[in-house]
Amino acid sequence: MYDFNYKRAKSVDDAVASVSGVEEGKFVAGGMTLIPTLKQRLAKPSDLVDLGDLKDLVGIKVDGSSVTIGAMTPHAVVAASPEVKKAIPALAKLAGLIGDPMVRNRGTIGGSISNNDPAADYPSSVVGLGATVHTNKRTIAGDDFFTGLFETALEEGELVTKVVFPIPEKSGYMKFPNPASRYAVVGVFVSKGPQGVRVAVTGAGSHVFRVPEMEKALSSSFAPAAVENIKVSDADLNSDIHASAEYRAHLVTVMAKRAVAEANG
Amino acid sequence: MPDGSIGAPIKRREDRRFLTGNGRYVDDINRPNQTYAWIVRSSLAHAKIKRIDTSKAEKAPGVVRVLTGADWAADGVGGLPCGWQVIGKNQTPMHEPPHPALVADKVRHVGDNLAVVIAETRTQARDAAELIDIQFEELPAVVTMADATKKGAALVHDSVPDNICYDWELGDPAACDAQFKGAAHVTTLKLVNNRLVANPIEPRSAIAEYDASGDHYTLYTTSQNPHVIRLLMGAFVLSIPEHKLRVVAPDVGGGFGSKIYHYAEEAIVTWASKKVGRPIKWTADRSDSFMTDAQGRDHLTTAELALDKDGHFLALRVKTDANMGGYLSTFAPAIPTYLYATLLAGLYKTPVIYCNVRAIFTNTVPVDAYRGAGRPEACYLLERLVEQAARETGIEKTEIRRRNFIAKAEMPYQTPVALQYDSGDFIRNLEDGLKSADYAGFAKRRTASEKNGKLRGIGLATYIEACGIAPSAVAGALGARAGLYEAAEVRMHPTGSVTVFTGSHQHGQGHETTFAQLVADGLGVPVENVEVVHGDTDRIPFGMGTYGSRSLAVGGSAIVKAMDKIIAKGKKIAAHLLEAAVDDIEFANGTFKVSGTDKEIGIGQVALTAYVPHNYPIEELEPGLDESAFYDPKNFTFPNGCHIAEVEIDCDTGEVTLCSFNAVDDFGKIINPMIVEGQVHGGLVQGIGQALMEDCVYGEDGQLITGSFNDYSMPRADTVPSFTVAANEGAPCTHNPLGVKGCGEAGTIGAGAAVINAVIDALATRGITDIAMPATSHRVWQALQQSKA
Repeated sequence: MYDFNYKRAKSVDDAVASVSGVEEGKFVAGGMTLIPTLKQRLAKPSDLVDLGDLKDLVGIKVDGSSVTIGAMTPHAVVAASPEVKKAIPALAKLAGLIGDPMVRNRGTIGGSISNNDPAADYPSSVVGLGATVHTNKRTIAGDDFFTGLFETALEEGELVTKVVFPIPEKSGYMKFPNPASRYAVVGVFVSKGPQGVRVAVTGAGSHVFRVPEMEKALSSSFAPAAVENIKVSDADLNSDIHASAEYRAHLVTVMAKRAVAEANG
Repeated sequence: MPDGSIGAPIKRREDRRFLTGNGRYVDDINRPNQTYAWIVRSSLAHAKIKRIDTSKAEKAPGVVRVLTGADWAADGVGGLPCGWQVIGKNQTPMHEPPHPALVADKVRHVGDNLAVVIAETRTQARDAAELIDIQFEELPAVVTMADATKKGAALVHDSVPDNICYDWELGDPAACDAQFKGAAHVTTLKLVNNRLVANPIEPRSAIAEYDASGDHYTLYTTSQNPHVIRLLMGAFVLSIPEHKLRVVAPDVGGGFGSKIYHYAEEAIVTWASKKVGRPIKWTADRSDSFMTDAQGRDHLTTAELALDKDGHFLALRVKTDANMGGYLSTFAPAIPTYLYATLLAGLYKTPVIYCNVRAIFTNTVPVDAYRGAGRPEACYLLERLVEQAARETGIEKTEIRRRNFIAKAEMPYQTPVALQYDSGDFIRNLEDGLKSADYAGFAKRRTASEKNGKLRGIGLATYIEACGIAPSAVAGALGARAGLYEAAEVRMHPTGSVTVFTGSHQHGQGHETTFAQLVADGLGVPVENVEVVHGDTDRIPFGMGTYGSRSLAVGGSAIVKAMDKIIAKGKKIAAHLLEAAVDDIEFANGTFKVSGTDKEIGIGQVALTAYVPHNYPIEELEPGLDESAFYDPKNFTFPNGCHIAEVEIDCDTGEVTLCSFNAVDDFGKIINPMIVEGQVHGGLVQGIGQALMEDCVYGEDGQLITGSFNDYSMPRADTVPSFTVAANEGAPCTHNPLGVKGCGEAGTIGAGAAVINAVIDALATRGITDIAMPATSHRVWQALQQSKA
């Protein structure tokens, strides 16, 4: 990697102040994407601000209506949390399917959604549950947070602090992993709850998207059969050596069907 | 059975250091005043080098020296040699274009070596490397063999017309054609054997050190055969005589063939170490490994099998194009010829076989032996053909094999493709395998899967391989430029402990344990009193190294020969001490005994006497008990077996689940069954990896698309089921003193064919009778879609 200035932030305000006014400042949470990128010299930030000491951003709170996950909470903690397993089992399951044990013990929800990899798992739950993303400046609806390939609604110097997930009646997550990287070739998160019926797809497109036809069908009948004949168009889907757009489109239907079955237990 | 004797499944003694982080690999070694090298690699697959400007890099902080292909050429040092010359049709020798360690004229694959920066730290070397300005004139790249052999295709080497390295054949084409004319049935397949990346866990590394006071070089390198590297690099590249060059290959973290070869980086750091007068370390990162470690397989084949009306095989006709990549790696030409075509008889009595192989240059990373090397390709072709012939003729797939197997009673068996099998009981392997896999119960399991909407298939691969390439004279006649014996020294110390110096090299095989068992058993000493030393040209008399499952059969036999000499000398010492005739001395379990009496003396006492020769036949016998031996085998060994895979396919996603894998293998006599089982497991996983996941993919421009683990799919623990593995020791090797055959590659050889046959068996229920490797979910789903259309 190239040389950079390194700082461990003492507070959210300190972190935000530390990236402003520098040439190219970057927050590092778990570093599970950023560090390999640096090692391969594919990025050259001038300043790295480590969020590792921001213990306020670590932790899970569950009340009667929502699950709140601090931005610096590692995936492994979410996956193992009895409270999350009880309130939103699909969310705990999703966290347990990310990467491998090393990644799950370092990688964080804040880092994952801020990076917005098109094949990351977490964005599907944020949209699929109608979650709200809290930052140091404001709250952003999950539907408005992910704006494009590796792009989010976050502004310069804006830091995710927590994500609040409404507890649904039912939820399910099904992932078809890339055999090499284990990112999602297609991942589908479905839920039925206070935010209505939601179907959110990751891995297939430039970023997470909802499937209104499926949501409509599931609103009248929340059963696998409701979605099994609904195809998404492959026109804008990703195509690579692992899966053609056509295959991804097909997998969206299969994974959606299975996610609904899982949600229904 | 005493602890540690032959047949005891004792734990691997080397694992203590490996599992506690105490292994000592090349990159763990640091020499005083060491510098670091960074190799500048080509980002293009095919381009002329117009200009390389290193001036900025030379002035960068910490830089000691920058060297380019022009410096390499100016020094008049040789190119990397090829260790095997194949003679093609009409006695035409293969094309052997130059392979400079640093290129000066043009680059021939992504990753080709352009320059080396030597600096105080690795980071400084890498920083400076980015300041080197290179101007290329990009040329069209030929990436596939089809493209490379088209009329008017761009030439990888200007001196090689049509990009064809050689056009070689084995067998009589006319005799083969005649058999096909009279055949009742012909089965034809077009097959792709996909390219693989070896991916040992330890990336390659090299440290070179030049001692001006003695004009002496030391090279620490990640090699499977340090003496071979000393010979190739010393004699053919840098003109350093053996007594001035020490090559050390310490702990090596896996090779799978990819660390047999002499690589440019070894020569570059050795050459440069004298120029800069300081030790130089180079260590690959994973990207380097993907771009520069020799890759495996990559064949395009048309195979035809002629059968009579009863399903007996009449003839086999094979045409294969084998990808060599941009340069000839050390043993590349031998793999698709002498380790492939010669195995095409398999376990069958096919009377006539013709094989034509063209080796093709392309703008890709060089290809060479990868675990199995030629034999997985031969097995895949044959076993795919056999199961396809079974489907086409309606003869059950185990029955068609039974009808064509060579019987145990027919051993030794001369095949039409040069090899003479010494031993094997193929029917027994098959029957044991079928029982183990509950072949009879398959129909029920299939019905159960179908009830769940899934397809189920069972596939077999029976295989035979040729290991421990030999004898040297035959290998030489076939084009090998090296001997293929092994050397060993057995040193019995004054107090009766033993150090064994072996020319075999371990990089995961467990030799330190297996060889110690062999010696403990042979000399009748406790296994903990035996130490095995390998991997250092200054300590080992000589060595040809470890590849082709040869270590126990060839290296172990050399140890036995040296032990025989120890025992023969021990008998003379014992005869003197026991006041008996030498011919009356018997040796067993560590004790010399006068035949028919109770007079005896232990080997420890004999050893002490040899080193403290107070009462000793000094006039007739030298003191000491230290013997060395070279062993040149009389023939190859022929491990063989039966592998059976069972799969289930999810029609919605195309996902293939491997439900069970049963292997029955004949490795001859087994020294340590636990280590053998581990070798089989590892081999199976690599064969399964090729069948279901692994694929090295290049873009049309020659860029390596699968250049990292993000895109190159490696099998993991949860890819495979728990294996059922059994050994058949009933047909030991007849020509080596241990009766051993070798087990390192077997798993890889049978597994791919068995898995793909199982996948096709499942898909055949939907009318699909062909699928290419790797049978990924995507590919299987596409096949299922097409079958519906």
